[in-house]
Amino acid sequence: MPITRALREAAFAGLVAAGLAFPILTLGTELDQSNRLVLEQRWSWMAISAALVCVGRFLVLILASAPTHRVARAPLVSPALTRLLPSVSVMALFLFPLVMLFWLGPQGSLKWINNYGVQILIYVMLGWGLNIVVGLAGLLDLGYVAFYAVGAYTYALLSTQFGLSFWLCLPLAGLMAASWGAMLGFPVLRLRGDYLAIVTLAFGEIVSAVLTNWTDFSNGKAGIMSIPRVTFFGLPFTASENGFAATFGLEFQAIHRTIFLFYLILVLALITHVVTLRLRRLPVGRAWEALREDEIACRSLGINTVNTKLTAFALGAMFAGFAGSFFAVRQGFVNPDSFTFMESATILAIVVLGGMGSQLGVALAAVVMVGGTEVLRELTFLKEIFGSSFDPSLYRMLLFGLAMVVMMIWRPRGLISSREPSVFLAQKKNVSGALVQEGHG
Amino acid sequence: MTRRWLDAPLLTIEHLTMRFGGLTAVNDVSFTVGRGDITALIGPNGAGKTTLFNCITGFYKPLQGRLALAREGVAPVQDVDALTRSGSRHKDGLYLLERMPDFEITRDAHVARTFQNIRLFSGMTVLENLVVAQHNVLMRASGLSLLGLIGWPRFHAAEQRAIDKARFWLDKIGLTDRADDPAGALPYGAQRRLEIARAMCTDPVLLCLDEPAAGLNPRESAELNDLLLSIRAEQGTSILLIEHDMSVVMKISDHVVVLDYGRLIADGTPDEIRHDPRVIAAYLGVEDADEAAGVLA
Amino acid sequence: MENFLQQLINGVTLGSIYGLIAIGYTMVFGIIGMVNFAHGDVFMLSAFIALIVFLALTQLLGLTSLGLVFLIVLICAMALTALWNWAIERVAYRPLRGSFRLAPLISAIGMSIFLANFVQVVQGPRNKPVPPMFTDVIQVTSGGAFDVTLSYKQILIVSVTGILLLAFWFLVQKTALGRAQRACEQDRTMAALLGVDVDRTISLTFIIGAALAAVAGTLYMMYYGVVNFSDGFTPGVKAFTAAVLGGIGSLPGAVIGGLLIGLIETFWSAYFSSDYKDVAAFSILIVTLIFMPSGLLGRPEVEKV
Ligand SMILES: Nc1ncnc2c1ncn2[C@@H]1O[C@H](COP(=O)(O)OP(=O)(O)O)[C@@H](O)[C@H]1O
Ligand SMILES: [Mg+2]
Repeated sequence: MPITRALREAAFAGLVAAGLAFPILTLGTELDQSNRLVLEQRWSWMAISAALVCVGRFLVLILASAPTHRVARAPLVSPALTRLLPSVSVMALFLFPLVMLFWLGPQGSLKWINNYGVQILIYVMLGWGLNIVVGLAGLLDLGYVAFYAVGAYTYALLSTQFGLSFWLCLPLAGLMAASWGAMLGFPVLRLRGDYLAIVTLAFGEIVSAVLTNWTDFSNGKAGIMSIPRVTFFGLPFTASENGFAATFGLEFQAIHRTIFLFYLILVLALITHVVTLRLRRLPVGRAWEALREDEIACRSLGINTVNTKLTAFALGAMFAGFAGSFFAVRQGFVNPDSFTFMESATILAIVVLGGMGSQLGVALAAVVMVGGTEVLRELTFLKEIFGSSFDPSLYRMLLFGLAMVVMMIWRPRGLISSREPSVFLAQKKNVSGALVQEGHG
Repeated sequence: MTRRWLDAPLLTIEHLTMRFGGLTAVNDVSFTVGRGDITALIGPNGAGKTTLFNCITGFYKPLQGRLALAREGVAPVQDVDALTRSGSRHKDGLYLLERMPDFEITRDAHVARTFQNIRLFSGMTVLENLVVAQHNVLMRASGLSLLGLIGWPRFHAAEQRAIDKARFWLDKIGLTDRADDPAGALPYGAQRRLEIARAMCTDPVLLCLDEPAAGLNPRESAELNDLLLSIRAEQGTSILLIEHDMSVVMKISDHVVVLDYGRLIADGTPDEIRHDPRVIAAYLGVEDADEAAGVLA
Repeated sequence: MENFLQQLINGVTLGSIYGLIAIGYTMVFGIIGMVNFAHGDVFMLSAFIALIVFLALTQLLGLTSLGLVFLIVLICAMALTALWNWAIERVAYRPLRGSFRLAPLISAIGMSIFLANFVQVVQGPRNKPVPPMFTDVIQVTSGGAFDVTLSYKQILIVSVTGILLLAFWFLVQKTALGRAQRACEQDRTMAALLGVDVDRTISLTFIIGAALAAVAGTLYMMYYGVVNFSDGFTPGVKAFTAAVLGGIGSLPGAVIGGLLIGLIETFWSAYFSSDYKDVAAFSILIVTLIFMPSGLLGRPEVEKV
């Protein structure tokens, strides 16, 4: 692109940015002592944003016209690496908490194992669960978090009201979520594409509203407190004599529980993964993918599409239920704030950014999105640059939203878009993402 | 020439009517499809041929009419009437298609179809397309996939059989060396053949083909004729096809049914149809019967 | 009876706001088949713009004629919000046009998160109270169980909505733009071949949608007297629900759906409990869709096989 044209377009973009900046940036609203809104003028912000956009646009134009953009078409992760990465990363994940513990000690490693390890793995598991529904079966589910909530509250209520143990509640939570999935799915899975999306969204909002308002049942906004913590198959992680540490002759440390939680979610996520991989090679899994490719053709081959969708929906819900009960046992308390539409949107974004249907892609996207926002929490050094009133965590969600837009534009089909065939005759060849359909349900 | 469609009907269509808003796409159509016949359904564009197919295969619910299919033998009229009165969908190998949902028509009554606009699973491989078509057999063998999840040996055997069957059809349509390529990457003619093979993997008694020769070159078209004839000869599948190329119709079909503006205007052997003045006039929309006959020949 | 009448008035007022937002959803869905998730936040943004312009006019410029101020605020909010939505479409959706169906959806969700947090960052997280305006009320009935009132605000909301809907209806039914829009809805490739400027038509669709959302935003700010950066989500989802309830893609459907959701919510709050008003609205949506899969006025979809 000729420089002059780039300059002209950049100037135009800057002008638009100046327009956008007025008045939302240039006039701040503040409450004064008498609780009256007064305006604060900051016209320099307009100039700054216009200049930033202008320069940014110019750089994008110049860089995009360089031949480098063809690289983006190539697979992000090379096929050889794709084959190796899963087993290597599983191994690395099993070693991760121990390495961290030895390296940083029980205090220093806590953040890494908990905020990064456990947090990311929860989203990996949720992403894999939703991947069955969205990535494989091609059904758009905007209320996935509802099933996560069902799982969490199942454990929270059964354990606090009836004293059931986590190990009993875990399967129950999965079953409960799956039955809710089937109950919602049965009437609505006949609906076409976008209607299904809004119905699932509505369902998510209903669940959240019920949890918020039905105080007798869920204790409303306050949530359920003091949910029993996880035990090592019966041995509590406490300093007591029959606790985990004492039984194994270790010195008591709080990190033990965190490490156990890490392994627990890792195993749960891996179960999700293995079940999904196996199902893909079974008739029902192939029918899911066929459904995503062409529902009418499926029906012409004698496939009961409603049942097929229902299994995908219920199974996806089940894994969310497992994850939900894990969430409850990890936090020790639950309230409706953890199950908002934002969560559903984040999980869906992970699936789509990962590349629909790709297990590895979903895991990578979870690392990028969740890990990325965790990293943003750490940017406290920016306070030293911009002054102490500057709060970097304010920008966390702003950047999160922006990243979703940018990543979609960068790779509309996700990080890993090619599809691995479920069966082959002579040679396993991945199917290019351009041929894979995305479903209309 | 014997008229198998009268002596040994497989599918009996009576008073079939389908309406879209004010448009009657299929208007009181009755005819029979003979067991073991290749039946050609012809008519100008918009005559209602595809709509008729969609009614047979359950994609549209007809406004009126009865579609009775007998898996084996000849169903006595009183049996069909008794079934109709009973309100159920099927009994002893006799099926009332208008009462069945689309997927049951393929799964239970074994009527398979292809589409005018090819509908392959384009992001799945050729082999996968053929294996998906054996869904119901494999579901049974894998205990609804549950037993398969724990590596049930019976499922392995069934899957091997499914792959063998797919291989058989790949050989037949000449796509064995493309088995592991995505279906969407195949050339057009190969996609048409694959769609037929996929439909055959459901073990149909009646195969409905919507313009299978459309867009094929003469060589591919001749290969298609051979394929259809061999399907009929080896699998014993009856075929109902929509076709515009008269030379194909004349060459391979035993029975021709002509639709025009949703009405059945002629029904007979290819020879009879060739000389039917109504067909000539309506089908070609020309007055000059000689010119029309020239085209039909 | 008095209660019923009062709730009817309140419900129609709320429904007008939902209807105005719903049109933006329905138009964008009709033309590019995309659920514009950021639309609710565009509405919230417009309420902020209206608020700031209002403050600027009254505090900085010292205007006192409320009618004039309201008119200028409305026009400014419409224009500036339209610019925002134009830019959003240009940046976040246009590069994804014709690609994967879910890509623009995710992009829109990202945009929605961005907008809400952007407003939070630049205007602060606290509620912004607006000085009350148009406070007069008309007594519709008196002497009953209680007095039914119709406030000037409500009259203003319903009449502004009505007038703008009529103007808008004229725009899409009678002008070249409307024709181009309907052509793009039917078949974008064909429309392009026939010389319709598809990009421009889509841009204009976003502009109109934003302008109507800005009307809703202005009225919302005035009616409730307080705005917050998180006010986009719930009205957005409700309006989207309204669009689907009415039959997505149908303009009269969006308005009727909006009024219905507004009425359901108000009546439910009045007669049962306000806690479950959202549950009521969403449940009615689900039930409607189960029995009328294309919404109230949507064209029933016969699959072309
Ligand atoms: N789903 C539908 N909705 C409305 N009209 C339809 C539909 N399907 C077919 N038609 C109409 O029915 C008539 C017959 O169409 P079709 O059966 O496709 O004809 P043919 O296959 O003989 O060319 C046409 O006028 C067509 O427009
Ligand atoms: Mg046709």
